[in-house]
Amino acid sequence: MNNVVTARGLRKAYRNKLALNGTDFDIPVGRILGLIGPNGAGKTTALKAILGLIPFEGELKVLGKDPRTQRDELMNDVCFIADVAVLPRWIRVKEAIEFVAGVHPRFDEAKCRRFLEGTQLKPELRVREMSKGMIVQLHLALVMAIDAKLLVLDEPTLGLDILYRKQFYQRLLEDYFDEEKTILVTTHQVEEIEHILTDVMFIRDGRIVLDAPMDEVGNRYTEVLVDAGKLDAARGLKPIDERALPFGKTVMLFDGADAGQLAQLGETRTPGLADLFVATMKGTYA
Amino acid sequence: MNAPANAMAMDEGRPRPTRAAPHATHKFKLLLKREFWEHKGGFLWAPIWAGAISLALTLMALVVGEVAARRAVASGKMTIDGDVHINGLDLNALTSRLDAEAMRNLAGGIDVSMFMSSLWPMIVLGFVVFFYCLGSLYDERKDRSVLFWKSLPVSDRDTVLSKAASALLVAPTLAVGAAIATMFGFLLLISLVALLHHGNPFTLIWGPGSPLKVAISLVALIPVYALWALPTVGWLMLCSAWSKSKPFLWAILLPVFSWIIVAWFGLMNVFHLDAGWFGRNIVARGLLSIVPGSWYANPAMHGGLDRIDNPGDFVNAIQVGKSWAIFGTVELWVGALVGAAMIYAAIRLRRWRDDN
Repeated sequence: MNNVVTARGLRKAYRNKLALNGTDFDIPVGRILGLIGPNGAGKTTALKAILGLIPFEGELKVLGKDPRTQRDELMNDVCFIADVAVLPRWIRVKEAIEFVAGVHPRFDEAKCRRFLEGTQLKPELRVREMSKGMIVQLHLALVMAIDAKLLVLDEPTLGLDILYRKQFYQRLLEDYFDEEKTILVTTHQVEEIEHILTDVMFIRDGRIVLDAPMDEVGNRYTEVLVDAGKLDAARGLKPIDERALPFGKTVMLFDGADAGQLAQLGETRTPGLADLFVATMKGTYA
Repeated sequence: MNAPANAMAMDEGRPRPTRAAPHATHKFKLLLKREFWEHKGGFLWAPIWAGAISLALTLMALVVGEVAARRAVASGKMTIDGDVHINGLDLNALTSRLDAEAMRNLAGGIDVSMFMSSLWPMIVLGFVVFFYCLGSLYDERKDRSVLFWKSLPVSDRDTVLSKAASALLVAPTLAVGAAIATMFGFLLLISLVALLHHGNPFTLIWGPGSPLKVAISLVALIPVYALWALPTVGWLMLCSAWSKSKPFLWAILLPVFSWIIVAWFGLMNVFHLDAGWFGRNIVARGLLSIVPGSWYANPAMHGGLDRIDNPGDFVNAIQVGKSWAIFGTVELWVGALVGAAMIYAAIRLRRWRDDN
């Protein structure tokens, strides 16, 4: 089995809005995939479908199982952090560990305690007494001690300061990820995760508009700092985005244009995911 | 991409991971434990405090009584000379002079007061279970912790059943424990009073009274409660799983308004029944069956309660055999079935209920 997730024609309508509109995608094993989209694009709906939390139409297999009907077995191998601060406020650190250890066959209690060593998370501490950052630390320690095949993270670092955010992804890479695991992550803080992603997927209005490995993205898209005199020539190559910089320079983004031609227009570089995202999503809120 | 894009590259050189062997789990036990951790205040401390407060009140009443008695002695209305004489009655001579019938009533009186002293933890239990059930499947959606619980391999069935078991068995057992402890506390208190007056607590209180029998009949109420309270627990949990907001209002108003409508239009006449039947068997059963002892309102139980003329009869009424008479009624079993069906519906609802 090469794909952790296979989705064909996913459809999900809320009241009067289509959250997923015939969405197709595959997630291969051993990848860190970023699912990126503007607010209301269907990211969370897609994740909830994968996790079997909502009903939907279409065909979806997660680790070979249908999350609608086989959720209970599926959850032995899938774990998720949905947003920050979903840990119950009354629970103590030691209770959380005891509970997960008692219900999850793949939870390694010793590992979890090791992750918590050197933090301020003492066994008697209750979640309601913790800062947001500490709650995420605890949640991450619990989840990382679970030997799951698929880990889904929905805005895991929302509302955290930069120190906790960096630490979060660092730990995930160093202490958790390996070639048998797959991580699916959504976030708005694109710049912070682009260097850890192996694959990226852009979603817009319930459809996947870009689905590619990161190195392919690097080959395909080029950003050119176009000299003032060469603007018209550059526009002839049909940039997908154009924005002016101070001092008369213009930055243009090209999709699949010839590298040699672009080099003549000005300084070229690989665009950041954030710029690519903005260019792709132009007009979303119009 | 300008950064080292491929995280897999970083992974090279590390030993190939082997999946840890899954270890055994005790899901249901942990689920019950989780409910206990979260609701320790209601399940454990509330009945204990209720018992402690009732003991404190008893103690105060005894002290006040003592003081009043001393005043009475001082003013010459009562004499105490070595043995206790209350209005000329020697406390120690009491037991030896009583005939069998009076002895039965003394025993009954002691048992009744023991039973009464244990009442407070049970009253508290009714409130605790009511609000526990109402919040059981609603609060986790409100604070979104349901997303954490659902991230673990625990089925909706087990989760909901563990909550129902907490309401029907765990909470009543703890409350009965507190009630029995209160009862013995009460016996100790009045034994002290007897000693203070040179009475022999064993012949006066522990002998005639039957603390063990009362304790056993309290324990025997747990299975009765579990089955009798099932329709209310089921209804409250169903509302808790279903309502998007204000489960309390839904749970109360739906049955009450349906009652009003039924009474107004005489709908039950179709079945040759009146609105009173609807009120007793639907509304009261759906909302009030969590009150411990509410099954004594059932006509089948009146054989026991109607003929209580003196304390001795009371002791008979609360006996194991008598309170288990409810097991022979259709009302109990139909109610339990309906309650189980509503719990099943709550399980199905929790499966797809979103957190918002």
